[in-house]
Amino acid sequence: MKYSITVTLKKDVLDPQGKVVENTLKNMGLNSLKSVRQGKYFEIEVEEKNEEVADKEVTQMCEKLLANLIIEDYKINKL
Amino acid sequence: MNSSVIVFPGSNCDRDIAVALEKMQFKNKMVWHKDTTLPKSDLIVIPGGFSYGDYLRSGAIAGKSLIVSEIIKAANSGCLILGICNGFQILTETGLLKGTLLRNKNLKFINKDVNIKVMNNETKFTSKYNLNQILKINIAHNEGNYFTKKSHLEELKKEGLIAFKYCDEKGAVNDRSNPNGALENIAGIFNAKKNILGMMPHPERMVDEMISNTDGVNLFSSLINK
Repeated sequence: MKYSITVTLKKDVLDPQGKVVENTLKNMGLNSLKSVRQGKYFEIEVEEKNEEVADKEVTQMCEKLLANLIIEDYKINKL
Repeated sequence: MNSSVIVFPGSNCDRDIAVALEKMQFKNKMVWHKDTTLPKSDLIVIPGGFSYGDYLRSGAIAGKSLIVSEIIKAANSGCLILGICNGFQILTETGLLKGTLLRNKNLKFINKDVNIKVMNNETKFTSKYNLNQILKINIAHNEGNYFTKKSHLEELKKEGLIAFKYCDEKGAVNDRSNPNGALENIAGIFNAKKNILGMMPHPERMVDEMISNTDGVNLFSSLINK
């Protein structure tokens, strides 16, 4: 089974990289831009065939390593 | 006193801290991160550097290495633990210290001598300093912007768990004297039992008048005379 995971900073945590990208895009004349948040993207493949077990394991991967839950949120998508 | 310095791939302050510890009469041993036992230690130091190239998040991969479960056991039995710079980041990733270290607010790697203020001198790490003493200590980091949730910040303040704050030469703690955007200028914190100290500044770089100053000496002499 394949998953994609995005990890982003929580809304109330300052994202200075996102801010710089945002300002640059605005300076390039892309004026409709409202805001940018930068994050991380992972593609993960697991051997497990049982969907429920695999889902659980991927959630664990997110919570134990891929995201720091103090400052980051994660979103899991099945590919 | 026996000390152990944990070495990860990418640690680069491990030898500096070993020199400082030996100068201060510690019997020091270097411990590789894949080791599964710790030598008898009164103090464990997690040094600065870029463990695992800062992959994923600073300290995240080192925080899951084999030796960490031994460090957690030692910490729980009261062993003194000092995490400097990347060591502080690793301690937050293991959960031994709460909060985390975000990217510096100005997005730049900062390497300079800054002033910090001793916020609590009634601990095993800081007893040789005076309260509110101003020290000049080097910082060298990209992720030193301390952040934690409100309830923990309250606990830090109420229980005297803030070890050091960034300040100016006169001791003023404000935005101007905050190099990296850290919450309330926090440069170092203790855990609730005060046997663990995590700090971004490098006291091991301040133990020799010839190359810098000796403002870091009293941290080590506090520990040896604890």
